Amino acid sequence: MRDSLKLPDAPLVPRAGLTTDRLMGIVNGQIVSRLIVLIGAVLFLLPLFWMIVTSLKPVTEISVFPPTVLPQAWKWSNYTEAFRAIPFARYFANSSIIAVCSTIGAVLSNFLIAYGFSRIQWRGRDTVFMVVLATIFIPFPVTMIPLVVVFSKLHWINTYLPLIVPSFFGNAFFIFLLRQFLMQLPMELSEAARIDGASELQVMRQIILPLAKPALTVVAIFSFINAWNDFLGPLLYLQDERLYTLAIGLQAFRSTHDVQITLLMAASTLAVLPIIVLFLIFQRSFIDGITTGTLK
Amino acid sequence: MSLQERKNMLLGLTFISPWIVGLLAFILYPLASSAYYSFTDFSGFGAANWIGWDNYTRMFDDPIFAKSVYNTLYYTLLAVPIGVVMALVLALAMNQRLREVALYRAAFYLPSVLPIFALSFVFLFLMNPRYGLFNYVLGLFHVAPINWLGDPKWSKFSIVLLAQLGAGQYALIFLASIKAIPQTLYEAVELDGGNGWHKFWYITLPLITPIILYDVMIGLGSGLQILTPAYILTNGGPVDSTLFYVYYLYKNAFSFGDMGYASALSWLLFIVSVVLAVLVFRTSNRWVNYEANG
Repeated sequence: MRDSLKLPDAPLVPRAGLTTDRLMGIVNGQIVSRLIVLIGAVLFLLPLFWMIVTSLKPVTEISVFPPTVLPQAWKWSNYTEAFRAIPFARYFANSSIIAVCSTIGAVLSNFLIAYGFSRIQWRGRDTVFMVVLATIFIPFPVTMIPLVVVFSKLHWINTYLPLIVPSFFGNAFFIFLLRQFLMQLPMELSEAARIDGASELQVMRQIILPLAKPALTVVAIFSFINAWNDFLGPLLYLQDERLYTLAIGLQAFRSTHDVQITLLMAASTLAVLPIIVLFLIFQRSFIDGITTGTLK
Repeated sequence: MSLQERKNMLLGLTFISPWIVGLLAFILYPLASSAYYSFTDFSGFGAANWIGWDNYTRMFDDPIFAKSVYNTLYYTLLAVPIGVVMALVLALAMNQRLREVALYRAAFYLPSVLPIFALSFVFLFLMNPRYGLFNYVLGLFHVAPINWLGDPKWSKFSIVLLAQLGAGQYALIFLASIKAIPQTLYEAVELDGGNGWHKFWYITLPLITPIILYDVMIGLGSGLQILTPAYILTNGGPVDSTLFYVYYLYKNAFSFGDMGYASALSWLLFIVSVVLAVLVFRTSNRWVNYEANG
């Protein structure tokens, strides 16, 4: 991935063997492809950009046609008003609790499970692993009705338990991703430690865990994002408005109250902010996670 | 089995035991349970009475069921090819030999991890027929305003447009496999006097077909399950034009209290998903080149 960054631009002075025509061709080719890619990138960032600039416009500027690109008057107070008009802080806190707890669950459980599927040799292991892979293709809507029924019998509706507890029991995709990683670590590492008399738990904690950190980071990031972005889960299990997450809270609030678009955009900007911060900090892990998950 | 083998087996099973519990509690039990409900008149409360195949035969006489199937197929058949092409185009863009290419990669990828609910809110505004940016830009090209979300002819396409923001995720997978293609193959094309198009058509495309297959499968799966954007943007409307299959299933289960019928719908979805996955795998050897990634 890095290689392409080091490629030199076309030299400005024609070298021997490089005609001026050919040089112009290279420069033009770069300009055209750069322009096309740039336009594409702008289009993809447009919704995010529009969300942010709209969150900073006075409400009177919304119905102006043609639309203004940047606010004519920057209205930072939209953010403080959004907190007053929408129970934003509560939704934000609720989303955070669920996302943090289910991330802890996902890291713990998927590490243990993937360890059992990769670092220990046992008969039938790889056959059982095929079952893990098969479950990736089961659509959630197929299982959701009985889950709601069971959770309501357990009196778990209107608690965060249905959104958190399942993450402590593994996720097929994360198991797959971690197993890929753990299989690559040399088996000799474990064997040497076992010969020295270490128990399997010691091998796991002292040898494998430190090495698995990059892969565990990927699992942590994606489980946090999945929980943060989840819409259907909270919609099924939460009815008490005070427990709402950002996803269903903002939607419910928007559809029942006459909330100004500028305030909704301010709230949305703050709702996507944690994801953007995560992305900026862990860009590499994001990319590794996506690609290792599917190749080989 | 030797003592050591037995010990290892026990150890392995201990480590994976959370998954076994999860499989039983969150997948196998619900599957069996919804199979049972699908043959009953269960409403969510009280007793469930056995009614045989009624829930399944009822689908044939249910015009809204037919409509939701039509909507979902329409959406999926539109979203999957557009999505695959979009991901491929983005991957090629991400693969350009430009200094600042890392920035473009980030720009294409970032929207795919942002929450759909927030993107939906801004799309509501972008697609506003009167003040929206989309219609303003179209107006510059003398295109008449489009009622994106209010016109049944456009509503499904509008949701397809929103879904394209997720293409960056698949583009990265394409990019990784494009980068794994040996340069010598491209050099061979050059030696034969081939141009950039030849390189793409005869080398890149055939060698990334396994990833295209993966993308198609994931796309079909998520297309058939589409719900959230329709819930937020259109509420299933206008005139049920975005009442997708899972939305109808959800409404039957949780708005109409018809969990028996909804369970039958969910089992149909399950069977269709399994058949699709098998079908795509079976036919894949005709057009997929598995040599590329070993």
